[in-house]
Amino acid sequence: MEEILEILESNARATAEEIALMLDKSVEEVKATIKKLEEENVIVGYNTLINWENSTRENVTALIEVKVTPQRGQGFEKVAERIYRYPQVKSCYLMSGGFDLTVIIEGKSMKDVALFVAEKLAPLESVLSTATHFVLKKYKDDGVVFEENNKDDREVLIL
Amino acid sequence: MNLQDMIRPAVRDVPPSGIRKYFDLINEMKEAISLGIGEPDFVTPWGIREAGIYSLEKGHTHYSSNPGFIELRRQIAKYVERKYDAVYDPAKEIVVTVGASEGIDIALRALVGPGDEVIIPEPSFVAYKGCTAFTGATPVVIELKEEDEFRLKPEQLIKALTDRTKVVILPFPNNPTGAVMTEEDQRKIVDVLKDKDVIIISDEIYAELTYSGKHRSFASYPEIKEKTILINGFSKAFAMTGWRIGYACGHPVLIEAMNKIHQYAIMCAPTTAQYAAAEALSSCDDEVDAMVREYNRRRRVMVNGFRKAGLECFEPLGAFYVFPCIKSTGMSSDEFCERLLVEEKVLTVPGSAFGACGEGYIRATYANSYENIVEAMKRISRFVSAHK
Repeated sequence: MEEILEILESNARATAEEIALMLDKSVEEVKATIKKLEEENVIVGYNTLINWENSTRENVTALIEVKVTPQRGQGFEKVAERIYRYPQVKSCYLMSGGFDLTVIIEGKSMKDVALFVAEKLAPLESVLSTATHFVLKKYKDDGVVFEENNKDDREVLIL
Repeated sequence: MNLQDMIRPAVRDVPPSGIRKYFDLINEMKEAISLGIGEPDFVTPWGIREAGIYSLEKGHTHYSSNPGFIELRRQIAKYVERKYDAVYDPAKEIVVTVGASEGIDIALRALVGPGDEVIIPEPSFVAYKGCTAFTGATPVVIELKEEDEFRLKPEQLIKALTDRTKVVILPFPNNPTGAVMTEEDQRKIVDVLKDKDVIIISDEIYAELTYSGKHRSFASYPEIKEKTILINGFSKAFAMTGWRIGYACGHPVLIEAMNKIHQYAIMCAPTTAQYAAAEALSSCDDEVDAMVREYNRRRRVMVNGFRKAGLECFEPLGAFYVFPCIKSTGMSSDEFCERLLVEEKVLTVPGSAFGACGEGYIRATYANSYENIVEAMKRISRFVSAHK
């Protein structure tokens, strides 16, 4: 089960047939396991990792530290939900340490992101303060180095 | 003066590698997939590389003691005990070598010379025979059989032993067949050798790359430990081939003799690599496990690919090689590999390169990316159907 996750984590396109071969299991068994993992919300999605820098689309990412007031009876859940419901929010984590929520935003421009923070995020009643950090360059995302040279440079010698 | 006459016959008479031509061919090819190289495709884990870099930054650029830094030898002792249940004194029973290859060489040089016989099971790593020949000793080949799953059988060993036998090489997990010895197989070999006056060189460089349970070392059998030289290294398990670092463990008398040659020929293994190796032993279990899981997945894909292509394929349970039988194609190993390279641009190595009994087989390594392996198996399948 864990190995299926390991395979899918690095390649969401791996088919049940391929995984079955890799793990010496039947295709049915692999399909059933994946289905179960999806139902149990262990596998929650199959995304494509995109390096927008190399595309024609302008894309700006920002990491925002947010301090909030937790609400009685609901802790941070309710505030977090009001924030992560926005489609601009790519990720939202509850943090330990100096602030409460990390909110990762994607927008078309810096202004776009700044306006979102000013107009949507900061005015929320429970939000005490925000600090916006723009991402200048992504070297590595989700375990993948963006500009890696994967050329096989092994030279041949005796065996 | 004819310079050839100046070369010792023992060296001159060792034939040059028969697979050179493939490598010349592949260099000119685009889109060729190499299943020919016997080294990991993984790059050394970053933590190990970082330790090497840090040692350079700190200016650790001098010799170490001849047998290697004592801290590294202590770590090797701990590792070998933890992994393989064999206890060695780091002060006297371990020498750090320039790859496992140096360990094989200095062990043979310390032990044998003209008139001595060295038993070498084949197919196996080409250096055993070469290094034996360089000493002037006589290689005595045992031909391992596919029907025995390329394991060494006690009857074969008994038959090969003579009064002149000085060394028995045990090359498991095996390159090129991927064969491993089970504990049951090992015990029978131990029983044959325990009362014989021979030294065992057990080359266990692929010990971490096994896929049917934990590797058991020949050095873990008390009956033969005293006469066993355990050869291992960092190249395969930690993807450290280019660092050239390995080690040999054995009785102080044997290690002292090996160290004598080592100190004059080599001085000491490269210190940067020694620092990196120490890091490998102390903190890389998870990385090694992940690489082994990945190899295992590719292994299954490749074995399946050969079988689907219509070739008989013994299931290898160690190292990173598959050794399918190509006799059904009517081609020789050499012909098969050359035509496969020319027609489909996939490089494999003829089994005959690993000993005469490897004829009829080819070696393909799955130390390559999953995508390359899948593509290579497609091409091989097409090649085999075209020549049925």
